[in-house]
Amino acid sequence: MIAISCTVAFIAISAAMLLCLYRVLVGPDMPTRILALDTLTINAIALVVLIGIYWNTGLYFEAALLFAMVGFLTTVAYCKYILRGNVME
Amino acid sequence: MSGFGEIAVSALICLGAFFLFVGSFGLAKLPDLMRRLHGPTKATTLGIGALLIASMLYFILEDEIVSLHELLITTFLFLTAPVTALMVAKAHILLDKEDQEKLPPTGREVGWSVLDAPQTHEAKKS
Amino acid sequence: MLKTLLPHPLLTLLIVLMWILLSGFSVGSAAFGLILGVAIPRLTSAYWPDRTRIGSPLTIVEYALIVLWDIVVANFQVAYLILFRRGDDLHSQFVTIPLDLRTPEAITALAGTITMTPGTVSASLSADGRALLVHCLETNDPEQTVAGIKSRYESRLQRIFET
Repeated sequence: MIAISCTVAFIAISAAMLLCLYRVLVGPDMPTRILALDTLTINAIALVVLIGIYWNTGLYFEAALLFAMVGFLTTVAYCKYILRGNVME
Repeated sequence: MSGFGEIAVSALICLGAFFLFVGSFGLAKLPDLMRRLHGPTKATTLGIGALLIASMLYFILEDEIVSLHELLITTFLFLTAPVTALMVAKAHILLDKEDQEKLPPTGREVGWSVLDAPQTHEAKKS
Repeated sequence: MLKTLLPHPLLTLLIVLMWILLSGFSVGSAAFGLILGVAIPRLTSAYWPDRTRIGSPLTIVEYALIVLWDIVVANFQVAYLILFRRGDDLHSQFVTIPLDLRTPEAITALAGTITMTPGTVSASLSADGRALLVHCLETNDPEQTVAGIKSRYESRLQRIFET
């Protein structure tokens, strides 16, 4: 039963990632693309956690944590670049 | 694993996947950026939250390991999601001339901090 | 003496707890977490001179439960709006929330809460930090939204941070 719901979730999250990819490609402006990239990272975290459940291993949590941190930092860096013209002041 | 635990884990996984999908769907469907912002910031946090609770429950029931890494990821995402949303909104307001005209007045003698220079700490004291 | 050694006791506690959660509980990790918990607040205290005051833990627990409940409700509301309404029909608009809160920590908490709860995203702060710009996804009565946020979250935060 868990395997079935995992499969359903894999499909739903993959579809969600495709929708995000559509927004990254189409735009129309820079902040939208940044938001779409951020959502893409969050979906990737979900996928990593789900693979951990599916294969019954706790090895992937560090990967999910790293995704969360790097995703947050890149989003903030992009926005900072738009707002201030550079990242480090 | 008992039948009840299995049902609970499956339900949480499906709920999480549903909210993640709705968040990305809102991002793709809604017409302008400020509206698009609502989908990902809300739907994805509960989506990830439900998935991580499911994962925690699964490892407790299946392997009898209490893994607390999930709690850490959830806390981190709940703390960072508002910050990302705020930064994206500020970038949008700075770039979009149409939305700048739609902003309501601040009710103070200064404007919004994105467009108006923020007052420094010294200036506020004097 | 104690104040120079531990400028932010709560931050120290939080860092130790985080480190133990991150690396699993053992004597070694607890000791290293303690070293980090003492070193980081001391190294960063120059940028953060004022000590944050926190009210009673009970009010914080009450606030956290209310916000968690609102997050769950908000998710269902926003999911309904996204799935069953045309994007152009949504009555979205910006509203201004005049702030009674003064400490930066309290304003940060309020802005974060607003972003996580029903159909609202905080978008900017006025240049003097006394008003918050909020975008509502679906609202017919902006005044009521503002009053709701002020009575539900701001008054509680005022009790937590500014008693």
